[in-house]
Order: sequence, then structure tokens, then C-alpha cells
Amino acid sequence: MATAKTAKFDIKSYRGFKAMTLICLFVLYAPLVVVTIYSFNASNSITTWEGFSLHWYADVFIGPDSDKFKAAAFNSFVIAITAATLATSIATLAATAMVRGGKFRLRTVSFGLISLPLMVPEIVTAVATLIFFNAIGFDRGILTILLAHTAFCIPFAYLPISARMQGIEDSYEQAAMDLYANRRQAFTRILLPLMMPGIISGFILAFIVSLDDFIITNFVKGAGVETLPTAIFGSVKQGIKPNIMAISTMLLGVSVLMVTISYFVSKSDNTK
Amino acid sequence: MAAGAASGGSAVTDTYKESRTWLLMPAWLTLSILVLAPVTMMLVYSFLTKEFRGGVIWEFSLAAYDQFFFDRGLFGDEAPKVEWTYILIFWRSIWQAGAATILSLVIGFPTAYFIATRPEQSRPLWVFLITIPYWVNLLIRTVSMKFLLRDQGPFNDLLINIGLIDTPIHIINTNFAVQLGLFYSYLPFMVLPIYAAVERYNFTLSEAAADLYASKWVTLRRILLPAVKPGVIAGCILVFVPSMGSFLAPDLLGGAKNFMIGSLIEEQFKGNAGNWPFGAAASMILMTMVLIILLIYARQQARADKVEG
Repeated sequence: MATAKTAKFDIKSYRGFKAMTLICLFVLYAPLVVVTIYSFNASNSITTWEGFSLHWYADVFIGPDSDKFKAAAFNSFVIAITAATLATSIATLAATAMVRGGKFRLRTVSFGLISLPLMVPEIVTAVATLIFFNAIGFDRGILTILLAHTAFCIPFAYLPISARMQGIEDSYEQAAMDLYANRRQAFTRILLPLMMPGIISGFILAFIVSLDDFIITNFVKGAGVETLPTAIFGSVKQGIKPNIMAISTMLLGVSVLMVTISYFVSKSDNTK
Repeated sequence: MAAGAASGGSAVTDTYKESRTWLLMPAWLTLSILVLAPVTMMLVYSFLTKEFRGGVIWEFSLAAYDQFFFDRGLFGDEAPKVEWTYILIFWRSIWQAGAATILSLVIGFPTAYFIATRPEQSRPLWVFLITIPYWVNLLIRTVSMKFLLRDQGPFNDLLINIGLIDTPIHIINTNFAVQLGLFYSYLPFMVLPIYAAVERYNFTLSEAAADLYASKWVTLRRILLPAVKPGVIAGCILVFVPSMGSFLAPDLLGGAKNFMIGSLIEEQFKGNAGNWPFGAAASMILMTMVLIILLIYARQQARADKVEG
């Protein structure tokens, strides 16, 4: 038994938590590492290892399915960037009204509306959106995917942004306004820069959610329009093939690169 | 949930009171048109008559809900019996999502706590490590999981090679595979809000508890946990809700025996054999269930806040 003094000394650490963290990381990484290794397999079979080869990477770019995957990748990224930008802007404005707009009658209703896409299961949103576009006679295509993604991404952007804003004391803006800054200046020069880490993580979350989305996209996409998830799903339904592992590994590379960039952006921001 | 947003940070201030209508307008419009209106339309569709090639005929009907809950025999002449097929599919979904949430909490909470108590410079690196897998597409992660856990997959190969087992452990197409898949899908949603809450937590409170001879686990349960509860709840909701209606993990890892609501609904809209009103009705039932769970939770939260305050 530790005395009160030693307990106080390492008050923050709990036995077993580190082990849990390592288990957590192992579970998260094992499947990805294995798929990366097997993407370099020379064999046509996914079960046996026959030595190192870049064969399946070449297949992705010049193989029979290459055009399909390139078009899908293009759609995915355009939609994710646009939807995340729109959702982050909408969420930032909404968070300002919710956290810095005093108490008002529609506050709870507004919060409910913003959280609605989180509370409604994704498959329900997908069904509802499909039915809606069908009922108003809106042709399904890239635009329907983009609209659905924007709405769906708003709460994912909103949560980190409003959490960050609640953590920022009001006194910074009050001080600026005492020094004759107007409200707009207090917002753009004081609140927004302080909010940046929250806004960046909001954008990242929204971007991930859009790029990741399979279910809604699968429902609202028009015939012949594919994003990476729907194209890959179609291919995987016929069995896991090595070229899918090559695509997965490349996407993993892109992802790591993007997270790394955002990591260093936020890091340089902190050292300012 | 509104209570959760208001507590745990600084109080709501009114600096931008005059402009709040304009600030909220884009969110109101987008979400009303693209979420609220569609959900309303779905409610309407669930009371319409099915068109055999997908879509609906604009004629009021209760057939969709009737089909969900009751079995009237082949010609509709027999006395209605409760139809268990769909109810059991729903029950399995709740159970699977709950198990995945608990699994995520048990592993996610210590992880989030451990990360939040690292020295300040190294925290972003840990968060980075947790988020990287999440940046990989969900579909790809689920496929990777399937590849790894297959009977002839690397996981079983490894166990056989080191002599731990003689025959492969059958994991794919079990309930556990689905839970593992859901856990793997949404774990960062559990870790990140808890991490944010623990990071904001004022550790002098724990020190005060220790000075008053509280043991570490008592401190964790009585002091830290209530303080970070909004983060824990946010994490649980963010894992449970998407798990309930998930499609990929049950479809790819569970197989036909572990059918969940997501697949039942998807079936009604894909291809030409679908039944749109039935799909809309099943979606309505799923949504109502989730909203009731959330409402109960929000009520309890509000009550707990009142008792504490």
C-alpha cells in the first residue's frame, strides 16, 4: 500500500493503463501492417507469400481496373474537400452563436438540429436522403453526394470547434473590445486565431468522415458515379484481391502524409 | 445533450448576441433541408404502398409496419401472431453495438487517460498514433481485419507456427468478429472526446483527494470520472449510434448468420426487388429507438446535474 505522500507523487499514473494503450495500438495497427506487407506479394494468391514484387501496384495504375479507380479517387477527394470546407464554415459560425450568443429560446432546438446527423444512425440518414431526392425529383449524381456529405459532416466539425470555444475565456475578446476593437475584429483577430486548433481538428474530422463514407454515398450516388469506397466495395464483394491491398497501402500512405502535415501545422501553431 | 455542451467549460457568454441569427442561419438551412425534411419524407414513405420495382405508390397503407411486427400467415386470414424475425435482428444490433461500445470504453478510456497524462510535448504524438489508422478508409480497415483473421490468415498462421494451437481458430462470421470490427471502426471516436476532457481536467482536484487519504481508484471513480463524464458520454454515443446501424462490419465480418439492421434496410433499397415502405418503416423504428435511448440518457444527465448543483 502506498502512503498518501507517494500516492500524491504519481497521482496521475494507474497501473495497467500503459499496457491497455499498447494493446490498443497493437489492435489498431496489426491489420494495416499485415495488408501493407501482403501488398508487395508476388503471388496471385492472397494466402501464400512468394517474395517481394511491385506487380500489384503496376496493376492499379495500368491494369484493367485502373480508369475506374482513378475516377473514383478524383470524385472522393473533390467531394471530401468541398464538403469539409462547407461544413467547417457552417459549424464555426454556428458554434459562435451557440457558445458566445447568450441564452436564447431556440438554443436547445438549434443544438438538437446540429446534433441530428449524429443521433440519427447513418443508414437512416442514407435512406431518408435517398427518399428525399427521389420525392423532389432531383437526379442522383456527384451533387447529391456532396450535399448529403456537407449536412452529415456539420456535427463532426461542430463538436471539436464548440469544445475549443468553451475552453477559451471570454476575457480575451472583452479586453480587445475594451481597447476599441469592434465585434467583428474581436471575432476575426482574437477568437478565430485562438480557435484554430479546434477548427483544424473539426475540418480534419469532417474530411475523414466524408472520405470514409460508404453507406450514404452508396444510397445517393447516381448510376456510374463511384467514390473510392463504393468502387472498392464492389471489387471486394468478389473476394479480396491483391490489387485492393495495393490501393489500400497507397491510401494508407496518402493518409499518413496528410496527418503528418496537419500534425506539423498544429505543432508550429503551438510554438508561436 | 444540451446540458453536456453547456457544462464542463466556461459559461455561455453573449458577446455576439446581436448576430446570432445570422451566424446560425447556414446551419439551420442546411440541416433543415438536408436532414429534417428527408427524415419527415421518410416517415411519410413508411405509410405508403410499395411499388414492386422499388419506389412507392401514393396510397396510405400500414402494410410496412404490419409486416415488421406481425405474421398473418400466407393469405392474411389467420389471427395475427408476433413476427420475431425482424425484432430479433433489431435485438442483435443493439446487443452488438452495446458490446462494441463497452469494448471501446474498456480499452479507450485507459488509452485516452494515458495519453492525456503524458508530458505536454509528447501528447500530440500519441494522439497522432491513435488517429493514423482512423485516416485509413473504414472499408479498407474492415477488409484488412477480415484478411488478418481469416482461417488461413496471418493471425492463425502465427498461432499455429508458434505451436499455440493445432487448428485455426474460427473468428470470421462470429458475433465476436463483428464486435471487433465495430470496435476497430469507431475506437478513435471514444478516445478523442475522453482525451479532450481529461486534458482539461484540473489535476489539483485529484491531489486534494489524495491529501485527504482517498486511494487512487477512489479518486479516479469519485473525482476524475464525474469531471470527465461529458467526454465519456460523448465517446459512448459516438461509438454506439454508428455501430447500431452499421453495415460494413456485419456484412464483411459477420456473414449471413449475423445479419444486423443495416443489412435489412439496405436490402430494401438495393436492386429491384426492394420494398421501400418497409425499408422506411424499419429505418423509422431504428431511429425512434436510438432517439429514445438518447432522450433517457439526456434526462438522466439533466437530473444528475441538478442533484450536483
